[in-house]
Amino acid sequence: MTDEEILQLLYDETLVGNAPAVRDGVNEGLEQGLAPERMLYDGLIPSLEEVGARFERGDFFVPEMLIAARAMQGALDILRPLLAETGMAEVGTFLMGTVKGDVHDIGKNLCNIMLEGAGFHVIDLGVNVPPEKFIEQIEEHNPDIVGFSAFLTTTMPMFKANINALEKAGMREKVIVMVGGAPVTQEYADAVGADGYSADASAAVKKAKELLELRREKVPA
Amino acid sequence: MSSVTVLRARSRTVEIGADRPFCIIGERINPTGRKKFAEELRAGELSTVTTDAVAQVEAGANMLDVNAGIPLVDEAELLKSMLGTVQAAVDVPICIDSSVIEALEAGLSVYEGRALVNSVTAEDDRLSEILPLVARHGAAVIGLANDETGIPETPEKRLECARKIVSAAADFGIPREDIVIDPLAMTVGADPTAVRTTLTTISLIRDELSVNMCLGASNVSFGLPERPALNAAFLPMAMAAGLTSAIMSTSRPVVDSVRGADLLLGHDEWGANWIAAHRARQSTLIQEAAVP
Repeated sequence: MTDEEILQLLYDETLVGNAPAVRDGVNEGLEQGLAPERMLYDGLIPSLEEVGARFERGDFFVPEMLIAARAMQGALDILRPLLAETGMAEVGTFLMGTVKGDVHDIGKNLCNIMLEGAGFHVIDLGVNVPPEKFIEQIEEHNPDIVGFSAFLTTTMPMFKANINALEKAGMREKVIVMVGGAPVTQEYADAVGADGYSADASAAVKKAKELLELRREKVPA
Repeated sequence: MSSVTVLRARSRTVEIGADRPFCIIGERINPTGRKKFAEELRAGELSTVTTDAVAQVEAGANMLDVNAGIPLVDEAELLKSMLGTVQAAVDVPICIDSSVIEALEAGLSVYEGRALVNSVTAEDDRLSEILPLVARHGAAVIGLANDETGIPETPEKRLECARKIVSAAADFGIPREDIVIDPLAMTVGADPTAVRTTLTTISLIRDELSVNMCLGASNVSFGLPERPALNAAFLPMAMAAGLTSAIMSTSRPVVDSVRGADLLLGHDEWGANWIAAHRARQSTLIQEAAVP
């Protein structure tokens, strides 16, 4: 296969969520000397972006999005160490958790899978995460973005409590805050002082990338 | 021995039980994910509450779930007005749905009849806050089979949570027949084994605890196309395993599959309800045809 054929294969097979074919394609590409970053940027990422676009249009459904992201993850497992060798950083680090008092995690887990698929390093703290735990883990992992998830109107106020805790710890400026969950709205996100909100997993990836770009423009690395 | 849970509206009584027809609880009066409805409620506009209540009862709902969860809104006040509106429109018992204790309290204080409180979990603080409220108002309560560690993956762990709820309720003088356990229906689109886990949980809880059960049936089809068909396929399976009620869509294929399963499982003896529903539809058709 030519390089172009392999890139096309990665794109096509990721789109349909064929994980074994994507893995084989990546290995074949490596054997014939195709650069890992080309496979990532010219095959895999455009494919997952197309998956996200189709999902937002209502042409793709949740299971299709999931298997595509898993196929992408399989490829990244092979490529990640090689990309690290060439000095290429991850897209960003995303620390995620469902807030204290709340144990809902389906939406959060979908976000994690899509974020990982898009090249983020995702650290998931699970459910019922108290503010102290978020602070401690932010200190340890130094993420670019922290995501708070809540499914109940009773637990949504924890967004504000978490943000207050960040401020108190003097960390608010160093991390981007995103919030989400079924009852959450843009208006609510603004009211608690979050940097971003998204309505679903695909939109979360877009928003995360957008916020990261903004941040990097402002603060020269 | 199986339990019967009795709920009351202003005058009508509904019984949930293993040998009764399935109790359909209409899910529609809930602003979560309904942007336009949420905006109306925020503005104090309650006409959609009335139309949704009437339409769901006409479509076959035996009870209605009422939820007022809108961010940055006084949920207790809103829930009170919504309950008043629903009770003025239809005579079916209500499932008062909130995670805010004050809202549940406010709702129970204005409700006329015997309500089903939605819900408590197996978390210690929720049990100690909500169960006294349920006991004081002589209501029944839905108990979600999860605790502070999250939604248990195995049926056995969910059974443990259910057991804990039943025993905590007994401490507050709430009898087993007033506990309706939610065995938790997760999304099959995110986990292909989700529904099998739910079905195993239902039969396990039926065999071990003999309590009534209720779940949010539409969860199973989230993120998938043709949701009514999936919901209609799911409910009869859950009913065969021992589910006795559900908060669910009242769209025609879903209600029909539940009523069909009632008949097939022997909960609609000699098909009396099934045949009566057929006649009612026929006479509507005839009346419509007779209009010049």
